[in-house]
Amino acid sequence: MKLTLRVWRQQNADAPGAMVTYEVDGVSKDMSFLEMLDTLNEDLILRGEEPVAFDHDCREGICGACSLVINGDAHGPERTTTCQLHMRSFTDGDTIDVEPWRAAAFPVVKDLVVDRSAFDRIIQAGGYITAPTGSAPEAHATAVPKADADHAFEHAECIGCGACVAACPNGSAMLFTSAKVNHLNVLPQGAPERETRVLDMVATMDDEGFGGCTLTGECATACPKGIPLPSIAAMNREWLRAVRKGPRRP
Amino acid sequence: MSTSTNTTTSKSTATSTSTTTPTMSAYTDFSTGEPLADTKAPAGPVAERWDRRRFEAKLVNPANRRKHTVIVVGTGLAGGAAGATLAEQGYHVVQFCYSDSPRRAHSIAAQGGINAAKNYRNDGDSIHRLFYDTVKGGDFRARESNVHRLAQISVEIIDQCVAQGVPFAREYGGLLDTRSFGGVQVSRTFYARGQTGQQLLLGAYQALSRQIAAGNVEMHARTEMLDLIVVDGRARGIVARDLVTGAISAYFADAVVLASGGYGNVFYLSTNAMNSNATAVWRAHRRGAYFGNPCFTQIHPTCIPRTGDHQSKLTLMSESLRNDGRIWVPKAKGDTRPPAEIPEDERDYYLERIYPSFGNLVPRDIASRAAKNVCDEGRGVGPGGQGVYLDFADAIRRMGKEKVAEKYGNLFDMYERITAENPYEVPMRIYPAVHYTMGGLWVDYDLQTTVPGLFAIGEANFSDHGANRLGASALMQGLADGYFVLPSTINDYLARNPHATPVDDTHPEAVSVLRETRERVERLLAVDGDRTPDSFHREIGELMWEYCGMARTEAGLRKALARIPEIREEFWRRIKVPGTGAELNQSLEKANRIVDYLELAELMCLDALHRAESCGGHFREESQTPDGEAARQDEAFSYVAAWEFTGTGTAPVLHKEDLVFEYVHPTQRSYA
Repeated sequence: MKLTLRVWRQQNADAPGAMVTYEVDGVSKDMSFLEMLDTLNEDLILRGEEPVAFDHDCREGICGACSLVINGDAHGPERTTTCQLHMRSFTDGDTIDVEPWRAAAFPVVKDLVVDRSAFDRIIQAGGYITAPTGSAPEAHATAVPKADADHAFEHAECIGCGACVAACPNGSAMLFTSAKVNHLNVLPQGAPERETRVLDMVATMDDEGFGGCTLTGECATACPKGIPLPSIAAMNREWLRAVRKGPRRP
Repeated sequence: MSTSTNTTTSKSTATSTSTTTPTMSAYTDFSTGEPLADTKAPAGPVAERWDRRRFEAKLVNPANRRKHTVIVVGTGLAGGAAGATLAEQGYHVVQFCYSDSPRRAHSIAAQGGINAAKNYRNDGDSIHRLFYDTVKGGDFRARESNVHRLAQISVEIIDQCVAQGVPFAREYGGLLDTRSFGGVQVSRTFYARGQTGQQLLLGAYQALSRQIAAGNVEMHARTEMLDLIVVDGRARGIVARDLVTGAISAYFADAVVLASGGYGNVFYLSTNAMNSNATAVWRAHRRGAYFGNPCFTQIHPTCIPRTGDHQSKLTLMSESLRNDGRIWVPKAKGDTRPPAEIPEDERDYYLERIYPSFGNLVPRDIASRAAKNVCDEGRGVGPGGQGVYLDFADAIRRMGKEKVAEKYGNLFDMYERITAENPYEVPMRIYPAVHYTMGGLWVDYDLQTTVPGLFAIGEANFSDHGANRLGASALMQGLADGYFVLPSTINDYLARNPHATPVDDTHPEAVSVLRETRERVERLLAVDGDRTPDSFHREIGELMWEYCGMARTEAGLRKALARIPEIREEFWRRIKVPGTGAELNQSLEKANRIVDYLELAELMCLDALHRAESCGGHFREESQTPDGEAARQDEAFSYVAAWEFTGTGTAPVLHKEDLVFEYVHPTQRSYA
């Protein structure tokens, strides 16, 4: 396949960026999207130009590093991560736009690389269960109904890639935050911090500059792990409950 | 008393194996130095050694802990768990990862599960059986003391992870589910669908996040360790590069913990993440830490075969698939019929045929080599004949498609996404790929390297898996080291060295390491040659896969040893790194890692050459039984090979640590 790529190039956070056009030839349908970019980069290096910077690591769809907006869609046309998107989803002669995540809370670092550390700070605000090493009771001391365990797992699958934010017209992080709130709040182990968790995580989310939720639903459509849209409603319920009840603070 | 008795074998040297071409005699003409002993493991019954060590280890007064700084490099299962736990204990932790977030470490990609001797199934499991299985699975090249400790701690890990909210699979009664895994006959593997590594890692990451928020951990993401600072014989800090600004700085501490993972990416194609690398351990090795058993690498049997030269990495399919999938190839050579058209009696379910009692669940090394053998015979399937079938037709008939989907759904989806084939209808094709490195920095029972104050945990050390790691044991070891072992043993070191003189940027050692690091980066940028970093990485990787991969021979290893210095020389003449050092420069990051692969590869080949036996994942064609199984040579090689660095391309010094087996007596492994 022969393709025309229009790629966002931006030298650093402060420099202006622009779309730059490249032709790539000899693209195999079996290549992943990132392998296609690898071949572009090999050519660029040999021509003495700087290769396109992009985040990637496991290339198995689980680390959450890769983060490209392809033809306007976060992670491209298939419901998966960019690294698991294959060129068989495109046809010979296509022109493909490649951009970084676009969100106020995810500033561009270089080219297609953005700063997602705001996600880490949301987790630091309460996305954990306080269980210092060594303090744990025997694992079977508390049975967890299978339905609750499955519900927790379904939300724990979030890979923190940020596609939900990139897809949202408001740049909201509600789906990301609700995934963690739902994972931990449904478990008996997470109950003692149930109220503080949701209040603190939501407050941090707002402080980090993510937008509000208007239930557009783009987030859940873009999510490569299928975190369901109702988890946002469930988090809102948790939040209201916590506000009414007042947080149990020491 | 130590577990290692310095008997005659350690004095009888295998010194020089250099009888061939003069170009490489310098490197292969290694000498054998003083034997090495693990002086930290207590004597006495193996089941009591860990308790005894914990009691004998000195403690640091809680009020004094905040005065100690510990550097932790890496945020995977081992590093994340260690950083969180040390911070909970009150230490000041300074932690590093190359990713944009500590949550992305490659532990996240582990699929299958984590072993623990809980015996919830009442199927005869016990700590002693997990210990026995692991020593045997490692083909009698691991220390009994370490492995027993690992088995003991395994049960605490599950408790800890459940308390953190790790959503393990559960039964309808609400209790934890388990499954069986390769190389064992009990069901002791706890799992979270096919994403166990992800869930365990997020548990550790969340515990770490809590400590970051509390100000106890100073986290440096997108920062890569490039060298170690040793002052007065003790590890006192690291030099690291901020990958965004390019700034190269020194960081100081009272102890340094490397949790930087394995070195499988020396093979270019592996199941490791693209950025996993060997720089932290190799730089530590150059500064005095001995490297243990570098040739012990694990080739995982169930990976998706490569599709072409563009392939950038290989994807593993969890070995748990072997629980229900049946592995086969056509009986006839060159049979190109679609699998559905090959009748049952023309299929060779070769693992079930050769190993009737373990069948498709033989250990990884055996399954991998068997796949290579049938493909070498010309019976492989798929493009290039580099694949075997993993067939779920029987499982779907027996359990129903829904049940299969519940157990393996995400793996099937992943397979279909990559290959565009539906494994519910067409058998999967699989082929072995490099997956894990059992070798690593040599550590004693306390997980301390030969450089005092430098510790190595998780895959970065060599310690617990011997010559072959059993499935679902990497997660167990990473978390055991990080949550429980290191946080106990490091106290002893810190308590015995309470008043380290402060060191800063102006110390001559720091000045010199900083200067060397900056010079290396500048040199990489200055060559301005005509080859890309990837082209060199691919070249060294292909060489290693060919000669230091699934089967190794003296002639092949010598060929590789002759070639590696040539590639190294060419690298420094022809490498091209665009851009500058003062910015995010991914080509520079790659090139810098390749510098270290080009040295590590040489040591791996030398270690494989000197170990003229087969054991576990290390298969020397010269040492096999008449029916093609690995033949160990215990009299000559029942030791850990710990290599001391002497200079780039110059012969290292071999130090042997004898292995003593008091509880599990070495036998030829049999899975028939």
